[in-house]
Amino acid sequence: MTSSPIIRLDRLEKTYDLGAIQVHALRGVTLDIESGSYVAIMGPSGSGKSTMLNVLGCLDRPSGGRYYLGGEDVSQMDDDQLSAVRGKRLGFIFQSYNLIEQLTVIENIHVPLFYQGRDLSECHDHCVKLAELVGLGHRLDHRPKELSGGQQQRVAIARSLANEPLMILADEPTGNLDSTTGTEILNLLDDLNSHGTTIILVTHGEEVAARAHRVLHMKDGLIDREVPQRTLLRVVAELEGNSAAEAPVS
Amino acid sequence: MIQPRAILRAFQLGIKSLMLHKLRSALTMLGIIFGVCSVIAMLAIGEGASYEAQKAIKKLGSNNIIIRSVKPAEENVVRSSGRSYVVEYGLTYGDAGRLQTTTPGIQHVLPMRIIRESVRFNRFSVPSQVIGTHPIYPEITGMELVRGRFITRNDEINTDNVCAMTVGLQSRLFPCQDPLEEEVRVGMDYYRVVGLVREKSSVEKRPQGSAGSEGQPVDSNLYIPLSSARRRFGETLFRRSAGSFEAERVQLHQITVQMKDSAAVERAVPEIEAMLRHFHTKKDYEVVVPLQLLRQAEQTKRIFNIVLGSIAAISLLVGGIGIMNIMLATVTERTREIGIRRALGARKRDIITQFLVETAVLSLGGGIIGVVVGVLVPMVVSHFAAMKTIITASSLMLSFGISGAVGIVFGLYPASRAASLSPIEALRHE
Ligand SMILES: Nc1ncnc2c1ncn2[C@@H]1O[C@H](COP(=O)(O)OP(=O)(O)OP(=O)(O)O)[C@@H](O)[C@H]1O
Ligand SMILES: [Mg+2]
Repeated sequence: MTSSPIIRLDRLEKTYDLGAIQVHALRGVTLDIESGSYVAIMGPSGSGKSTMLNVLGCLDRPSGGRYYLGGEDVSQMDDDQLSAVRGKRLGFIFQSYNLIEQLTVIENIHVPLFYQGRDLSECHDHCVKLAELVGLGHRLDHRPKELSGGQQQRVAIARSLANEPLMILADEPTGNLDSTTGTEILNLLDDLNSHGTTIILVTHGEEVAARAHRVLHMKDGLIDREVPQRTLLRVVAELEGNSAAEAPVS
Repeated sequence: MIQPRAILRAFQLGIKSLMLHKLRSALTMLGIIFGVCSVIAMLAIGEGASYEAQKAIKKLGSNNIIIRSVKPAEENVVRSSGRSYVVEYGLTYGDAGRLQTTTPGIQHVLPMRIIRESVRFNRFSVPSQVIGTHPIYPEITGMELVRGRFITRNDEINTDNVCAMTVGLQSRLFPCQDPLEEEVRVGMDYYRVVGLVREKSSVEKRPQGSAGSEGQPVDSNLYIPLSSARRRFGETLFRRSAGSFEAERVQLHQITVQMKDSAAVERAVPEIEAMLRHFHTKKDYEVVVPLQLLRQAEQTKRIFNIVLGSIAAISLLVGGIGIMNIMLATVTERTREIGIRRALGARKRDIITQFLVETAVLSLGGGIIGVVVGVLVPMVVSHFAAMKTIITASSLMLSFGISGAVGIVFGLYPASRAASLSPIEALRHE
């Protein structure tokens, strides 16, 4: 299972047509991602990371090239089929949490299952377990507004897990969180990956990326290099060393 | 693809969404409620107002022409000496005969002589109208025979003292006794009761000059043969008024002419009028054509309905625009939510269904409440304003239909627009 590519991109392109100008956000990305892997995407702002993740998550359609998800050509699917793919196989974690304001924690977690045709009554226990997994078992009836950012992001993670997805896509999941909370969230993702869920994560943080198996670096709509894991580990070690060295001074 | 379960789920979701925005939902509904309610109430009041008039006219019969004796204006009256005088006016037996022979398309001529007298039996005395008429009377006025028989041709020929009385009179004169074959007294004469009848209409036979008797029940009628009436009462009728005797000499109070059909009515009216003008020196009669009255009433009603209907339509429109505004704002505000739902696996159809249910509940719920209130308002109006109101099924359907359609169309349009955005576009929406 770990050997077959869950994602295969073949010269994937995305062009935003703004009338006067055309923005080429992706310029023919070719890439394989193995099932069960943990991939981080890095790169400067505007390099096309989010665009890439959105296309991978079937939230947006590519303007060219092919995208095979689990062997199926997603780029040819119609809207309903894409909805089905999102609903059955994918989980999303957004930088801005994107919970539904008027629903409680448990109801938010239930939403993906609702669209799979499941009643809240029949999968309530499952949703409660997920809430407990992310440490929110005691706040089931709270609304997003009553939660901290970290707690909201944990609800979002629980929600992304509700439909037992093959792959979780996270766009800067820790971007709005302090480092401690961020680490907790990342630990959760590590856990999930160790249980076989493929994770693709966009980040600006080296420590974050260091947890991944693969780190892809993007620039101008292309993956310009794959950062060897060793380099990253070294960078992280250096950072930690620095802070360790600085600690006595301050 | 339409599964009851899916509909139920969409319904639950929609209701839930509405409950989460109680105030907004309530306000939206209020617009629809007032729109629907005002349409129904206005049309009901309009309908009711014209109905009364039409009912009265229809009772007269649309194939009939009614000619009544009218007491001419005061200066034309021939005064006799002293404090009492005799007024002579009105339709004559001659008129009745001429109508019968000269009017084309005529079927029946029904002369009537109406005498206000008390009818007595034992200790009871009931002020009534004693009506001398022909046996054809029930046929022309649609009177219903309850028991016994009406006066007959033989009674007429023999100038018998027989009578038929209305149930109204019977209930007062014979509260606990069978009136048939009993003899009632009118003036100095006794009449044998041969039948009991029920009036279809009780409006047309009010004798002239009895304006003061409006409050009196008019269904106390006693029917006797015209020939008997003529013989027993003579031509001169006395009436005491304001301390002076007033005597009227009237041969016939009313002649009802029944025509073959409504076309014949229209042709006959000018001829009848010409004939009467020729034989009457003063205008001591009036010709009432129910058909024409009916047409006028219908015309009035139509105008009335157009006016009320357009006011109502405007209020519905305003309600509709209210719904449209709120729905547009709501859906736009919730574009992000739509994006989230789409990202989590909702199809376009799911989104549209959700909003369809929300708007349908709002507009149909509002519509139903509006219908209920709209039915209650006319009832309250008729209760307190003593005004007849009629709620027509068409007004219910019209207002309900329009409000429902407006709500659903304007709720669905922005929702389908939002749903057709790609999920990411919807998500980016702020
Ligand atoms: N909806 C859009 N319409 C037009 N252009 C867009 C749109 N979304 C992104 N772009 C353009 O596509 C390019 C890539 O954007 P993208 O959001 O993928 O960058 P990113 O790598 O995620 O940047 P960041 O790290 O700042 O989030 C940018 O030049 C951006 O201007
Ligand atoms: Mg981005």
